[in-house]
Amino acid sequence: MANVFSNKARALPQAPSPLTQTAFQRILLISALVVVILVLAILLSLIISSFPSLKAFGLNFFFSTTWDPVSSRFGAVVFLAGTLLTSFLALLICLPFSLAISIFIGEYFRERILSSLLKQVTELLAGIPSVIYGFWGLFVLVPIVRNLEMKLGVLPYGVGILSASVVLSVMIVPYAASIGREVIALVPSDLKEAGYSLGATRQEVVTKIILPYARSGILAGILLALGRALGETMAVTMVIGNSNIIPRGIFSPGNTMASVIANEFTEATGALYLSSLIEIGLLLFIVEVIINLIGRYVIKRVTVEV
Amino acid sequence: MGEDRIKLRMVKDRAFIGGVVVLSFLSMVPLLLILFYILRNGISSLSWEFLIELPRPVGEKGGGVANAIVGSLLLVIIASLPAIPLGVSAGVYLSEHRDGRLSSLVRLAVEVLHGTPSIVLGIIAYLWLVTTMGRFSALSGGIALSIMMLPVIVRATEETLKLIPDSLKEAALALGVPYHRTILKVVLPAGLSGIMTGIMISVARIAGETAPLLFTAFGNPFMNWNIIKPVNALPLLIYNYATSPYPEWHAIAWGASCVLVGLVLSLNIVARIIASRWKVQF
Repeated sequence: MANVFSNKARALPQAPSPLTQTAFQRILLISALVVVILVLAILLSLIISSFPSLKAFGLNFFFSTTWDPVSSRFGAVVFLAGTLLTSFLALLICLPFSLAISIFIGEYFRERILSSLLKQVTELLAGIPSVIYGFWGLFVLVPIVRNLEMKLGVLPYGVGILSASVVLSVMIVPYAASIGREVIALVPSDLKEAGYSLGATRQEVVTKIILPYARSGILAGILLALGRALGETMAVTMVIGNSNIIPRGIFSPGNTMASVIANEFTEATGALYLSSLIEIGLLLFIVEVIINLIGRYVIKRVTVEV
Repeated sequence: MGEDRIKLRMVKDRAFIGGVVVLSFLSMVPLLLILFYILRNGISSLSWEFLIELPRPVGEKGGGVANAIVGSLLLVIIASLPAIPLGVSAGVYLSEHRDGRLSSLVRLAVEVLHGTPSIVLGIIAYLWLVTTMGRFSALSGGIALSIMMLPVIVRATEETLKLIPDSLKEAALALGVPYHRTILKVVLPAGLSGIMTGIMISVARIAGETAPLLFTAFGNPFMNWNIIKPVNALPLLIYNYATSPYPEWHAIAWGASCVLVGLVLSLNIVARIIASRWKVQF
């Protein structure tokens, strides 16, 4: 009889060994930890590898305009200027378009076919690889800018700050519009109706009620776009001209933090040269993190408000 | 006087909506222009030979981009192998531990990784792999891309699994199904389409990426299947050929752009179709 019982017990599904369960939970925990460790390791690696440059130049790195591989003296001001100029110019160009898209999708043509078409197109625009934007910019946009420069009587480089900013602005429109359109769609209708009942036109409702209400969402989108613009490498590298000078105007060629790394990293001879490029990378990383964190904070506040 | 003001406001209203519509449609123009130029200049280079032949030296007509296609494929595989399991399991961790100090730390880390410029990831792969191995390799490029994929997959997994009601999981647990089987056989299958969409979008994101490959995968004019040797990739080839002074190479770059954009856009579109067709909803 005892034999029968033991057979029966064997036929029942095996009870899970607690070992597999804890092992499974441990795997989950470890993969979560790996993500955190990865970020710390990235930061640490960048800091360690920038150490020679940090030691040699100190804070002077951020105030010196010299970038001279021959005499091994490096300063990042040229690239800081190039990055800030292209990014903010790109934001300036993209702002009216992204606002228009947000209002179009979020208010005027809400839940209509036109809106979903526009949404799909802008999302596809975000999916195109940046090297394609650069290629297109180089062969289509740069000749146009060169013609413009000839008409204006400035040196016709074609490549330069303006070309880079225009290409960047096309690339960041989807990001800038992404959050604004959601927030605009969420503006409570009693607020809008209150506006209409006072006799406001639709334009007045949009500019005086909807936009102020949605401003933090729009700001979050702009921060997202700014982050994208600051770190963008390929498209900028291909159309900015890659000259290590402080740009004198929007038609001047220049270089950004990302593009100088892309251009000179493989050619960097000497530890100090390489280390200086890595320090620029570190700087770029930190700036991105800060902008992303601010953006995250703003988005969080928006979702709480709504 | 009053009527004039009303008229002015109505004109302003009309002008405003006109402006919004015009600007919105203008922002679609770049996409159409880019697609138009790529198709016009690229379609003539496209042929069966273009996909299966190697590039030829400057001056010779013809030749293809087979090495870059193989290289891109290799890089995507190397990137996916660690990123998909790691990303999905970190995503499961986040959805299982919604609050908690570690979870918010992990979310922060994912956010930081997502915002990290791709060129910085290139530097990282260079420091970690190229300097230790002493040479450029497909492996180092793949790892750089893998770090790029990771945050997208973690986010997609977490967001999807959040939508799955607890009752589903509780039902399985109440039947005596062990925890790990509940996750693997009940929760993950229920969220499969969302996770698949995330994976496809992350693949589309890295397939077009050039910056992290510049000093890791490096590029290679020959066919290479060996993961510890340099490989070419479609975006890398486009960059190198587009910035070269030779018109024959420009033509190849346009053709390669055609292939790359076709690939990336169809990945994006299929991902979107999966997301809407098999929507995760309860």
